[in-house]
Amino acid sequence: MTEASSIAIECKGVVKHYGQGAARVTALRGVDLTVRKGELLMLVGPSGCGKTTLISVIAGVLDRNEGACTVFGEDFARMSARARTRWRGENVGFVFQAFNLIPTITAAENVAVPLMILGEGHGAAIRRAREVLEMVGLGDRWRALPAQLSGGQQQRVAIARSLIHGPRLIVCDEPTSALDHQTGHVIMRLLKNVALREDRALVIVTHDARIFGFADRIAEMDDGRIERIVTDPRELMAGTAPGR
Amino acid sequence: MNRIALRMLVGDRAKYLAIIMGVAFASLLITQQASIFVGLMTRTFGFITDTSRPDVWVMDPKVQYVDDIKPVQDTMLYRVRGVAGVEWATPLYKGLLKARLSNGNFQTCIVVGLDDATLTGGPPVMLEGTLADLRRSEGVIVDEEGAKGRLARMPMDEQGRPIKGAKPIPIGIGDTLELNDRRAVVVGVCRVSRTFQSQPVIYTTYTRATQFAPRERKLLSFVTAGAAEGVSPRELCERIQSQTGLAAFTRDEFSWKTVLYFMKYTGIPINFGIAVALGFLVGTAIAGQTFYQFTLDNLRHFGTLKAMGAGNLRLLRMVLLQALVVGVVGYGLGVGAASMFGRLAGPTQLSFRLLWQTLAGTGAAVALICVIASLISVQRVMRLEPGVVFK
Repeated sequence: MTEASSIAIECKGVVKHYGQGAARVTALRGVDLTVRKGELLMLVGPSGCGKTTLISVIAGVLDRNEGACTVFGEDFARMSARARTRWRGENVGFVFQAFNLIPTITAAENVAVPLMILGEGHGAAIRRAREVLEMVGLGDRWRALPAQLSGGQQQRVAIARSLIHGPRLIVCDEPTSALDHQTGHVIMRLLKNVALREDRALVIVTHDARIFGFADRIAEMDDGRIERIVTDPRELMAGTAPGR
Repeated sequence: MNRIALRMLVGDRAKYLAIIMGVAFASLLITQQASIFVGLMTRTFGFITDTSRPDVWVMDPKVQYVDDIKPVQDTMLYRVRGVAGVEWATPLYKGLLKARLSNGNFQTCIVVGLDDATLTGGPPVMLEGTLADLRRSEGVIVDEEGAKGRLARMPMDEQGRPIKGAKPIPIGIGDTLELNDRRAVVVGVCRVSRTFQSQPVIYTTYTRATQFAPRERKLLSFVTAGAAEGVSPRELCERIQSQTGLAAFTRDEFSWKTVLYFMKYTGIPINFGIAVALGFLVGTAIAGQTFYQFTLDNLRHFGTLKAMGAGNLRLLRMVLLQALVVGVVGYGLGVGAASMFGRLAGPTQLSFRLLWQTLAGTGAAVALICVIASLISVQRVMRLEPGVVFK
């Protein structure tokens, strides 16, 4: 694999402002970041440092103001809103801190949603959803409503939902912060073993130092910039602790 | 995604029921008030409907509605009979006369005098006796409601005083009345459409009716006529008008003329219109507000769907489908309840007539309510930034 073909995400000088005039806040101040295919990258840093803004830009749910950013060779700034929505539907999987499962539909239906958005019929999507739920260890709970599942189980459903359509990029926002230590590790092992592949990239925003060991690289952010990127979590621990 | 949209809608039972109730309430109120209005308007021309045989009604040109009696000379009957295309023509008397009851009380009644020879224009349903019994001396036929109600006798005690709390005894065959100091004997009981003012209806022959009526030079209220084969009622009306100078209307035209008079000169349409408008506004407010709240509660989920690749069009379809379901279910419940109300109100004095046009109108109003409710809601979904999912 050449250097260029091994890159999943490449951001250079990405700037993002919120608001206008005197009320303008700069969330990203020229972020340079590269994520390789097959890599699990964690974004860490204090609250308000721009982690969530950065994954929003990377996932194509937020427009940047300046700089360049390509995701698997695609630049969202050059796409129409419709094309970007479609691309996101096909290529991005999301895992959220609060799971964001629709409470009134079953686990299998929640998992099947991305396939249905892409036009798959209900029956076929549910069959596939049950297979993916099997992969995350919830094969027998496919009919359960989210409220009938524990937090860890709900996050596993969310992970299944992020994987069902075979996306190339999976972005996770604080996937373990609502879970206890043991469940958090189960979720991370699942993400690492099931979600990560050679042609796929995982970007995880987290404050949770307990899961740093699962990362291939950890990018530490502060005040809208990447301060440093380390491969060994102990290097971070030795310095300023993230999530301070 | 349609199934997901529906599951999102019905999953929150409390909100779903609140939205449905809002729409159902609006639907019920609109249908019920409109049907009472239609029922009331139908009563205004009930006499025309009951007098079903004539194709054409002929009257003084100044007559504005069926109860607006402006009698013409009896000779007009012969002039009408002389018009080409008239198969038959009969006189009809209609007037308000005071009846003196056996207890001495007076009651204003609608007296209808039918052609002595043919008895054309008689009541649609005879309950006791026959129409031909009118040929008996002093014979009159009273309507069922009048017989049981305003013409009924109060039971008396030995001293001739009314017994308090006793059930009135309906007037029946053999009982007598006094109409303008003339004796009338009940020879039959009939069923007619309820009248607008709920007065008892008394049928008799034309000659006898004109004897009951105060003496006037002109006593002929209407000439009713039948069209000869090959002549349309409208065409016959035009011929009668041009040759006699009288006004002539088909049955439907005369009914509409009566309804339009009441619509124009009474406050009834405004009162019912206000009730219908209130139903619409309250329904819109409840359904719109609840539906909007429902959408707000689901905004995060819509945002998640948007982030996962659902476009605005798809989300719009989801919201519209939810609104459609709410509309159809609410409409069904509302008109169902209104129909039930009408069925229960049938035996009472309440006027209630449910037309398919009322159902269609209510359907249109409910559709508008749902469109307004979904438009308010969908704006938030359309403007939603998918980035909201990370907030």
